[in-house]
Amino acid sequence: MLLSVNNVTKSYAEGAQRTEILRGVDLSLEAGQAIALTGESGSGKSTLLHLCAGLDQPDSGQISIQGQQIAGLKDSARAALRRSRIGLVFQQFNLIPSLKVADNIAFQARLAGRWQADWAAHLAQTLGLEAHLQKYPEQLSGGQQQRVAIGRALAARPALILADEPTGNLDEDASDKVLALLLELVRDTGAGLLMVTHSQRLAARLGAQQHLSSGVVA
Amino acid sequence: MYWAGFKALISHWRRHKVQLAGLILGLMLATAFWTGVQAINAQARQSYAQAASLMGQDQLAQIVAIDGQNFPQEEYIALRRAGWQVSPILQGRWRHQDSYVNVMGIDPVTAPPVGPTGLGQMSELVSFITPPGVGMAASQTVARLAGVPGLPALQVSPDVVGGLVLTDIGIAQDLLGAEHQITRLIVVTPGTTPLPEGLRMRPAAQDSELTRLTDSFHLNLTAFGFLSFAVGLLIVHSAVGLGFEQRRVLFRTLRALGLPLRALVVLLLSEVAVIALCAGVFGVVLGYGLAAVLLPDVAATLSGLYGAPVSGGLSLSPVWWLGGIAVALLGALAAAGQSLWRLVRLPVLAPAQPRAWARASARSLWWQFGAACVLMVAALGLAVWGQGLSAGFMTLAALLLGAALVLPGFLYAVTGAAQRLSRGVGAQWFWADTRQQLPGMSLALMALTLALAANIGVGTMVGSFRLVFTGWLDQRLASELYISARTKEEAAHLRSWLQGKVDATLPIWGVEVPLDGVQTQIYGMQDHATYRDHWPILKGDADLWDRLAKGDSTLINEQFARRTGLEPGQTVTLPKGHQLRIVAVYSDYGNPQQQMIIANDLLTDLYPQVSRLRYALRVPPDRVAALADALINEFGLPPAHVSQQDQIKAYSTEVFERTFSVTAALNVLTLGVAAMAILLSLLTLSIIRLPQLAPVWAVGLTRQQLAVLELLRALALAGFSTVLALPVGLLLGWVLLAVVNVAAFGWQLPMTVFPTDWVRLGGLALLAAAVAAAWPAWRLASMSPARLVGVFAHER
Repeated sequence: MLLSVNNVTKSYAEGAQRTEILRGVDLSLEAGQAIALTGESGSGKSTLLHLCAGLDQPDSGQISIQGQQIAGLKDSARAALRRSRIGLVFQQFNLIPSLKVADNIAFQARLAGRWQADWAAHLAQTLGLEAHLQKYPEQLSGGQQQRVAIGRALAARPALILADEPTGNLDEDASDKVLALLLELVRDTGAGLLMVTHSQRLAARLGAQQHLSSGVVA
Repeated sequence: MYWAGFKALISHWRRHKVQLAGLILGLMLATAFWTGVQAINAQARQSYAQAASLMGQDQLAQIVAIDGQNFPQEEYIALRRAGWQVSPILQGRWRHQDSYVNVMGIDPVTAPPVGPTGLGQMSELVSFITPPGVGMAASQTVARLAGVPGLPALQVSPDVVGGLVLTDIGIAQDLLGAEHQITRLIVVTPGTTPLPEGLRMRPAAQDSELTRLTDSFHLNLTAFGFLSFAVGLLIVHSAVGLGFEQRRVLFRTLRALGLPLRALVVLLLSEVAVIALCAGVFGVVLGYGLAAVLLPDVAATLSGLYGAPVSGGLSLSPVWWLGGIAVALLGALAAAGQSLWRLVRLPVLAPAQPRAWARASARSLWWQFGAACVLMVAALGLAVWGQGLSAGFMTLAALLLGAALVLPGFLYAVTGAAQRLSRGVGAQWFWADTRQQLPGMSLALMALTLALAANIGVGTMVGSFRLVFTGWLDQRLASELYISARTKEEAAHLRSWLQGKVDATLPIWGVEVPLDGVQTQIYGMQDHATYRDHWPILKGDADLWDRLAKGDSTLINEQFARRTGLEPGQTVTLPKGHQLRIVAVYSDYGNPQQQMIIANDLLTDLYPQVSRLRYALRVPPDRVAALADALINEFGLPPAHVSQQDQIKAYSTEVFERTFSVTAALNVLTLGVAAMAILLSLLTLSIIRLPQLAPVWAVGLTRQQLAVLELLRALALAGFSTVLALPVGLLLGWVLLAVVNVAAFGWQLPMTVFPTDWVRLGGLALLAAAVAAAWPAWRLASMSPARLVGVFAHER
């Protein structure tokens, strides 16, 4: 099992009150599998994704990646896990503005010590970024920036890709292209993909769907 | 519409309290430095005017000795008998252990009925003139001298300037050990008989000379106050600029909703004005406090250097308070000018990206660099061809401004090179990210560079001066004892008494005469090994001492040579037409007047009336104390008339250290303000940097690692700024020594460098940066992951 989520709960304090976001979520993802996580706004999709990435900790329940529990890990161990096994793609791209495109793509892979020039070149070519490698992110369009973000997520050949509405900022045509690329690369690398999306149309293109409603998987 | 718009605009500051604190603090400090220095200057000038007007000295002519020394009281009695309506004054410095005060003795019976003497309020004239007498002084002087033994009972008088005790002349003669001596006579109605030999008439209002002498000191102080003011304004500029940049979206929205551009500008100006008024009030209060703390040292310096009585307490007019607030207002508007100009030129649909600020800043690097080059060339031109003190300070201003403008480009180049040379991805990101922070940090770093350069420059000047001054004191004060008799008869008796007790008795006789309209001291020098071996000659002929002894030559001090452009080999004509060849120029630090030395015999020939009361004695060191004791107890000289070499040196060194204590204090404060600027920049940046740091954290760097990198970044930037500040500081030191000092005081000093001071300052700069970065870094290290995750959540 690549990703296993068992009975995970999460709530946030808002003043004196606590708001429950996740109320016992179960989810599993195999290597090579792609799952779309859908749900209404505020249903807890992004929160679940952040918990899976080790960016935040659940109140209760267990999350494991390739059999390793992440709940008990220290901050540095969770950082190492993200570096080496997880690729993250955000809606707003979250590229590093001070680095050029080539350096953005290489950044995580080099942090993890897994950078391969051939693979990086292949990614740049596949993503159609060859002509833009020496540019800064701000000089690219939204679609191009999202392709850079996908390149960064895949450069370290992560086991798990977590994508939080990666096409939320793109028009339909650009969304289709980016998703096609993402799925193609996931297939090539054998990674698992968990993608949060609002779009039923895009969700239908992934192998499986999980719908989150009121903090539980429906 | 206006109120709604104003509320929307100021709501920004509610959410960015640190930024608002930075803005207020910067403005407050800038105002405090400027008004503090102005308060000191205003108080000093007020004291000069008050001192000059006391007893009508600014309105009436005076009779003084031609050598500027005290003269016998008999001369006064003779003049009164000859029909001159004159009133005697004795003035001197009284000291008891660490307490000192200027004492002015007057004769209340003959004192002129002009000027705010306050004597009219004294009902008991008898108690004033009868021992132990009464001393009138300003309230703060009375408070300062409370409990000090040896003075008459002190009485508060609002008309007496601070730092001065006004008493009966008889009491003053006892206090100052100047029995039957007077310093000058105030001429109420002149007589018809000629003045006795050795005395001359000084026209009214010549005391304004004090203002001229102290002008350079006050200009120096003003320059440092202005530097601190500029450093404070950099903080304001930074905070206002960031506040405007962060509100681009709001500006666009307000304009899109129908608020006219002119109304928006008016609202922003109002916002700046309200903040400036609040900060200005606090700043003026802080400036008052700063002045109150520094004024005693300034008063001591001015009294020690120029004999200028300055009140140790502050009494400032409402105009000063209003002026301070106006300075805050104008400073804030000047600092906000660029941001307002950008806003005026911003199209209503301009993209509201914070990155635009960084891009605009990067684009402005080139013109900044160009302006810096122009300023550096201007500084060079002014240093080489400029004339006078104003040119000196313009050189300093051009140099510092040029250095400040060149800093961002310098840091861009250095961080760019570091990025290219880095191997690891973390290091590459570190340098690239550092580069991106430069627009937000550069103003704070400019402040640091200016503060460091000022510290290095002033440190170089003071250090060089100290070295030269100490050596010079050893040369000038080669004799072991310095004595002065009270009368001609006592002097003659003293000379014979000393025979067989000392190795040499060297006269210190001189006169003060106008030479081309400038008062010039002329001293006689007896040919003796003391002078041949020690006198601080800067340049001169090889046989200068032999030629001086022959009586056809003269030595002139550096001030004289620089003012007139005279060199060894040229001639000077004395008032009576006597021509003397200049054979040497000597250094004469601390003397505000021009001076020349001639053979002692020639002096007595040319000026037979010269006062012959003062002598330097050569005594074996082990007999100095015993002889000094004998002079006082056996011969009967007052203790104030016997000075040992080490006492004079200690006093001179104390005056020297006090002279620079105020600039040293301002230097330290400026460095503190720069550290504050860095802290505020980092705190502000730490808020807007989260979206830049969160992705790096998300892909695998821990918060602690990021915090350490933030700390290292601040250290690196402070280190690079120090590297730039070093040559700028040395140039500043050179300008101070070779240009400003020459223009202000008339002497030049050799420059000495003090590398250990640079290391200490560099360490201090790094420490300041580390302290400033510690809090933002700690906040990042301990930030909850939820806040970082929030960056990704809030983006929708």
